[in-house]
Amino acid sequence: MKYLQDIGSYFLMIKKVFGSFTKTSVLKHLIFKDINDLIISSLAIVSFISFFVGGVVAIQTALNMDNPIIPDSLIGFATRQSVILEFAPTFMSIIMAGKVGSFITSSIGSMRVTEQIDALEVMGINSLNYLVFPKIVALMFYPFVIILSMFLGILGGWVAGVYGGFTSSADFIAGVQEDFIPYQLFYAFFKTTIFAFILATVPSWQGFYMKGGALEVGKASTNSFVWTSVLIIAANYIITQLMLS
Amino acid sequence: MIKVENVHKSFGEEEILKGISTEFDRGKTNLIIGQSGSGKTVLLKCLLGLFKPEKGRIYYEDKAIQDMDDEEQRQLREESGMLFQGGALFDSMNIEENVMFPLRMFTKQKKSDMLARVNEVLKRVNLENVNKKFPAEISGGMQKRVSIARAIVNKPKFLFCDEPNSGLDPKTATLIDTLIQEITHEYNITTLVVTHDMNSVMEIGEKVVLLKDGKLVWEGNNQQIFKTDNEDVTNFVYSSDLFKKIRDVQLKEG
Repeated sequence: MKYLQDIGSYFLMIKKVFGSFTKTSVLKHLIFKDINDLIISSLAIVSFISFFVGGVVAIQTALNMDNPIIPDSLIGFATRQSVILEFAPTFMSIIMAGKVGSFITSSIGSMRVTEQIDALEVMGINSLNYLVFPKIVALMFYPFVIILSMFLGILGGWVAGVYGGFTSSADFIAGVQEDFIPYQLFYAFFKTTIFAFILATVPSWQGFYMKGGALEVGKASTNSFVWTSVLIIAANYIITQLMLS
Repeated sequence: MIKVENVHKSFGEEEILKGISTEFDRGKTNLIIGQSGSGKTVLLKCLLGLFKPEKGRIYYEDKAIQDMDDEEQRQLREESGMLFQGGALFDSMNIEENVMFPLRMFTKQKKSDMLARVNEVLKRVNLENVNKKFPAEISGGMQKRVSIARAIVNKPKFLFCDEPNSGLDPKTATLIDTLIQEITHEYNITTLVVTHDMNSVMEIGEKVVLLKDGKLVWEGNNQQIFKTDNEDVTNFVYSSDLFKKIRDVQLKEG
């Protein structure tokens, strides 16, 4: 019963986010601030993880290829497929659920605890629009983070493959170009956009409707990570089933 | 003027407000007092529109809040200032941005005009040279004064204060009380202060309303409260040793 209430409350929140808009000049400022907090500040960790995971994928593929008939270009092919289809959009989103999601929940939750949200409401401001809408807009730039992640993942694979002595540069690049299906990129960016919406709204819901004090802010952040991850994995399965099968 | 008529509010099975009726006058500091759990904050939140009463009506000037459409309610909130117990200043903004916030949201003034008004109200609450500091960098008393500045910057008709003295030393608490009263008279606004601080009652209680178990049990002013024989008032007022001694002295002097 509580889950049903929570689901209802989440969708009602989404409805309120898009009602009674905050003054445009104020909103613009908030959107730029959230782009900085949520997108720009995530670039370093995304780059680091993508580069090294791409490298590991290449090494793992190379080490598991013990049949001499299999061409070395498979290392590039496998790296590209893994990075573009799953690693960059899905697993990077899980990592972002930890970084961005807990940031959103704790910042909105702290505002709830210290009555800052009540202050907005008393002033006649639609606090959900003021707090959540700029985050949704900011995270619509998330696919650009995933482009960077894809690029650096494949680059990491190339560096690990070539400089680790597993393949030649030409074979790796040939593998990356092999059987390329542009629709798979569309699929990856489509699901990234859905994940971005989940990343913006689920942690906001957790923070906005939390009750209690500082301890509960911590609990809400943990719940936020768990539920955002669960929803991303579930959405990933449904989207993959619908778009690729 | 704010008029409250037979307001009832419950949470689940528990009835918190049980038919409150009273009037809060313009140009006066109106105090709502009572023990913890008596319904003071719930009444304040009903007045602010954060809680909807199940029964009863709340009039702002001559119009009931229940009869106002969304735009009128938004307008009413623009005309209200609120001082929260903890200040409720926005952590991500400096003092200047905090005070300027209502002007940025509700007016189309030029930035230079807004800045001039911000400096004017900061000076009014005796705060200068703190514009670029963040809330975490100033004391609790200063935060309360910034919060007052933010509440009055847009020249409100109504000022609501939720336990403005909590967590402050007696001297700063008196300063905040005096400031609230001065601003009330200066701007001729209807001010409502929720408190259980008897010093505030003595200093600024131009109208005092006592709540007990969700009912209004007494109303009067800071002169009458020490003379009444109402048992609920005496139980509340003389629950502290200091006020018991004051009463003993008063009784001795006849």
